[in-house]
Amino acid sequence: MNKLNSRFGEFGGMYVPELLIPALDQLEQAFIDAREDATFQKEFTGLLNDYAGRPTPLTLTQNLVSNPLVKLYLKREDLLHGGAHKTNQVLGQALLTKRMGKTEVIAETGAGQHGTATALACALMSLKARIYMGAKDVERQAPNVFRMRLMGAEVIPVSAGSGTLKDAVNEAMRDWSANYDKAHYLLGTAAGPHPFPTIVREFHRMIGEEIREQIIQKEGRLPDALVACVGGGSNAIGMFADFIEQPEVKLIGVEPAGKGLHTHLHGATICKGSKGILHGSHTYIMQDTEGQIEESYSVSAGLDYPAVGPQHAHLAQTGRAEYVAVTDEEALHAFQLLAKKEGIIPALESSHALAHALNMADEADQETIIVVNLSGRGDKDLAHVTSILGDSFNE
Amino acid sequence: MSRYNSLFCQLRERNQAAFVPFVMIGDPDPNSSFDIICQLIESGADALELGFPYSDPIADGPTIQKAAIRALKAGATPSRCFAVLTKVRSRYPDIPVGLLLYSNLVLAKGMNAFYQQAKDAGVDSILIADVPLREIEPFKQAANKSGIEQILIAPPNASDEALSDVAKASCGYTYVLGRAGVTGAETDADLDAKALLDKLHQANSAPSLLGFGISRPEQVKQAVKAGAAGAISGSATVNIIERNLDDKQQMLMKLDEFIASMKAAANKD
Repeated sequence: MNKLNSRFGEFGGMYVPELLIPALDQLEQAFIDAREDATFQKEFTGLLNDYAGRPTPLTLTQNLVSNPLVKLYLKREDLLHGGAHKTNQVLGQALLTKRMGKTEVIAETGAGQHGTATALACALMSLKARIYMGAKDVERQAPNVFRMRLMGAEVIPVSAGSGTLKDAVNEAMRDWSANYDKAHYLLGTAAGPHPFPTIVREFHRMIGEEIREQIIQKEGRLPDALVACVGGGSNAIGMFADFIEQPEVKLIGVEPAGKGLHTHLHGATICKGSKGILHGSHTYIMQDTEGQIEESYSVSAGLDYPAVGPQHAHLAQTGRAEYVAVTDEEALHAFQLLAKKEGIIPALESSHALAHALNMADEADQETIIVVNLSGRGDKDLAHVTSILGDSFNE
Repeated sequence: MSRYNSLFCQLRERNQAAFVPFVMIGDPDPNSSFDIICQLIESGADALELGFPYSDPIADGPTIQKAAIRALKAGATPSRCFAVLTKVRSRYPDIPVGLLLYSNLVLAKGMNAFYQQAKDAGVDSILIADVPLREIEPFKQAANKSGIEQILIAPPNASDEALSDVAKASCGYTYVLGRAGVTGAETDADLDAKALLDKLHQANSAPSLLGFGISRPEQVKQAVKAGAAGAISGSATVNIIERNLDDKQQMLMKLDEFIASMKAAANKD
């Protein structure tokens, strides 16, 4: 039986082949032991500080917000080594891999961000990485494929199914079920079967803990709202975790509305999906009436996933967090605005959170402190954004 | 007496083990699928394991994934699959029929409704590839309510305690994995399954059928020798369909040869 709670209300669980249960139990035990092991914690903190560059700054925007009642802060995960928050939990899971005596790492990646983070951690810790990536994504994301290979990872294109992220997850799970003896599956977000949603949250929770310390130092009080984008939901849960018990702090998750929630081209699983099981977890998913999984869509590859972490499903159902959706167009606008006004180029994922925060700032009629999790930097998106906007951003 | 019970009794009397082929319902299209299933039975299959096509089959290798994609492209839905099953049952009232599918297809219909619909279509057992013992309770309740036997999987890496729990919970038969990994004929079953089969036997398990990586008659023979009540062969059967997609007569003929040779190997003599 499980030692930690495998559910968040009705959501979560371990919907995997029986064959994977011993591997998930082993992972749960390793995580429990590591939490109580001062040596592990010291090693993890050491890597976060000296290798990845924590703590990341909390930046007050200077020119972005015109409403004088509003202070908008950015949590600068974009400055972390690797260019996104993902490095946090990847370092944690790589340490767990070694602790379990495993020498290989399996991972999935969509646009290549989690794959790149996995590759860097495996290079650092001398682990052999193989990374499954949809065949279409391999073509679209050539620079990240090169990055991963440069750091010694094997990138395996997946052409089965739709050839995108969900198929890469399927293939990673298949690989794991044959090789769990020597390989760890380093899942990339706070989704999937227990204990992944819990482990990934705990390995990202310093995001929220640092925000608490930094905002108290700067403002002498807690923020009114925390805003983060949600695909699988790892940066958002890392930001929210330390504040869940304090209802005076609003928690807002921003999903990708793609071409609009009235179309099929979006990835807003909480706003528009329904309950079901995908990749080991009972949560909100995108599916047809027969239960076949539908493709998600977003301009930002990191939010393009047809399920969501089960804890977010629970926070939505209980009303503790609010989930909204932002279109491609709104996100692209926020992307350009932050570059122009503050000299920071955000990831398209984080631009979704920023777009919603800007709407909140416009509407505020009392003093308000908002913190946006700037989960990644936008360098990876430049080619994609140029192909969409062309020269129009010169206007 | 359930169809599985009477099958295993008869086989014991005849000193035989069971051979159980798997195919995907709706592959390559609903009409051919019905003909294929009938052929399996006519050629000597003792029971059937039948899949519902699903978009994200994490426990399946490339052969069965492709079968699911072919079936989905040809318009297979759970309702159409149930229609094929109903036809099979009306022609063959006695053969045990098991479903093998994924949890989201069951949830989409509503758990109780799905099990009831399966019962009405003449299904005897349901195995859900992504529901382990730890999550089985609500599914098992739905199974009990509708008179379906819930099958569980005994994997080679399970602890003795977990095996004993699987043995207690699995009804009809217990699906014993011949090896780790996903379905497929590319990697052979580890035929040293005797220790696993002995443990299940000691825990009073329902009869054990060995599956995963079984594609040749001598493997069936070895499985039976190791103490299995029979063997399941999926990918090898589906491979014959895939290789003969443009010649249905040839496909049925090859299936006939394959099933007959596998069944012959299940005789204990």
